[in-house]
Amino acid sequence: MSPLLEVRNLVKLYPRVTAVDGVSFNVNEGACFGLLGPNGAGKTTTIEIMEGILPPSAGEVLYRGEPLGRRFRAEAGILFQKTALQDFLTVRQTLNLFRGLYPQGYEIDELLELCALQKLAERDNRKLSGGQQQRLLLAVALVNDPAILFLDEPTTGFDPQARRNFWRLIESVKARRRTIILTTHYMEEAQHLCDEIAIMDRGRIIAQGAPRELVAGHFADVLIELPRADFTAAARALPLRVIEGAERVEIATDDIDQTLKTLMSVHVPLRNLRIRPPNLEDLFLELTGKELRP
Amino acid sequence: MMRRLLAVWHARNLEFLRDRGSLIFTLLLPLALVVGMSFVFGGPERALFKVAVLTDDLGSIGHPFMTERYVDFIATDDAGAAVRKVARHQIDVLLDVGPDGARYWVNPDSPKGYIAERMLLQADPHAVRQPVSGDAVRYVDWLLPGILGMNIMFSCLFGVGYVVLRYRKNGFLKRLHATPITAFEFLAAQVLSRLGLILVVTTILFVGTSYLIKVHSLGSPALLLLIAALGSLSLIALGLTIAARFSSDELVGGLLNTLTWPMMLLSGVWFSLEGSPEWVQVIAKLFPLTHMLDAARAVMLDGAGLTQVAPQLAYLGLTTLVFLAFGAWSFRWRTD
Repeated sequence: MSPLLEVRNLVKLYPRVTAVDGVSFNVNEGACFGLLGPNGAGKTTTIEIMEGILPPSAGEVLYRGEPLGRRFRAEAGILFQKTALQDFLTVRQTLNLFRGLYPQGYEIDELLELCALQKLAERDNRKLSGGQQQRLLLAVALVNDPAILFLDEPTTGFDPQARRNFWRLIESVKARRRTIILTTHYMEEAQHLCDEIAIMDRGRIIAQGAPRELVAGHFADVLIELPRADFTAAARALPLRVIEGAERVEIATDDIDQTLKTLMSVHVPLRNLRIRPPNLEDLFLELTGKELRP
Repeated sequence: MMRRLLAVWHARNLEFLRDRGSLIFTLLLPLALVVGMSFVFGGPERALFKVAVLTDDLGSIGHPFMTERYVDFIATDDAGAAVRKVARHQIDVLLDVGPDGARYWVNPDSPKGYIAERMLLQADPHAVRQPVSGDAVRYVDWLLPGILGMNIMFSCLFGVGYVVLRYRKNGFLKRLHATPITAFEFLAAQVLSRLGLILVVTTILFVGTSYLIKVHSLGSPALLLLIAALGSLSLIALGLTIAARFSSDELVGGLLNTLTWPMMLLSGVWFSLEGSPEWVQVIAKLFPLTHMLDAARAVMLDGAGLTQVAPQLAYLGLTTLVFLAFGAWSFRWRTD
């Protein structure tokens, strides 16, 4: 099966920065593909080139084997990081405006129901809360029942409940075999929604694969967590793989017994010790060496 | 294509009508200006006498009347138009100095014509009188097209220029760009929305002020509407050339002001440019507003028909095409 979207050797140069530096990957039909990376990694630049909004300095993006064109614009749905809508329009009128730009798509009432906007249909755009506005923008992105949906940091600034609700909406889109491309810096979001992820840093992809396999492939089985204060100087001298945090120290190991014995041999207190499986965030920190900043 | 155009056109109309502040501003400001000016200038006309002289070169005429002070002498080679202006009190005396002596045209009903005639006869008792008759054009009759034209100009330039700029800055244009709409469809929707709204507003203002201050038009209302439509199109298209590319408020604001102020002063909104220096008239002839006002006044005050205002309409049509082509060519969806 040929991929729905092919990204080939993308480069984007700005006067003083190389925002994207030779990025290639494929997205298969029906997949949810996540682009992860710290702020400034080049995620938004990459996704905007994929959306046909930014021209690349070099490289190309193919949709169904062809360069982005009319067909792509008719079949794509896009949720930008920041979008203003026209003033003085209600939710329904906004959806009518965008529905009028496409030959095919949802009925407005279906869309309102899909994005839980029925009660807000006659409300002025400007009087929506952040979460409501984002649901409207998702509805705008879905108005043509897109074959491919782009979501650029869709839940940034959400409270946990609003985020869960938004994920449920995305899952219902996924359930209909629509292809989704998502950028996020919430690892939990990527782990929850994505079938495949690519981690970007400084304009390059530094790891790519299914989230579970990526984590499994990069890490030994478990992480041992200790409060920083308990991790004595003697312990530091030990030959351990240590990931330093602000308050806690983590030790990666594939042999818990042996590691615990080693720690006890230098009298490290184990009262506040915690053992957990590594997750995407650990992988991310390991690869990028930076804290995530929302 | 029409469907996409209509969707954007409709949304823009709703936005305009619901923006009460700018709607009231568009309607009330010109109304207040016309009524205000009719009070201020309702009395006697400006003090200067205006005398037209049939010649190419004023300096070559050695007539004793030409040494009088406080008289504005204007050279003209169109005797027919000058006589009509004498009839409408827009020129006090028309003078023609031939080898056999001087002839002059004056309207016996014009008070200023009367005084100017006295001065002329003092200087040259043998000048031959050619009486002309006609009703005076009040300043406010002359001013009304100017004010309405100015309102159209501001509404076109700022209403389109700033709106497109705002759409670009807040990312709404970028969002539209991600849909199948083309730049031409988007721009056409903006032009048509603004054109329709301006024609409705201008008609309301024209009917309203005509009723309030008893202005009457000699020519056809349909022709006036055509002039307003073509003039608006040209000015909207001019606004689009400015808003097509830039993303800075200050720059666009500055450019719009740079265009509107000279037009307001030099297009003959407030006073006639007759007798002003050559270079001023050359510049004025570049502005679409000048042509729109010339045509509208010819129709309203002199009862001109389609053929008489055809050159002005052609200029407005031509500039519309040029500006639109330039605007579409330089259009940018997003900030750089």
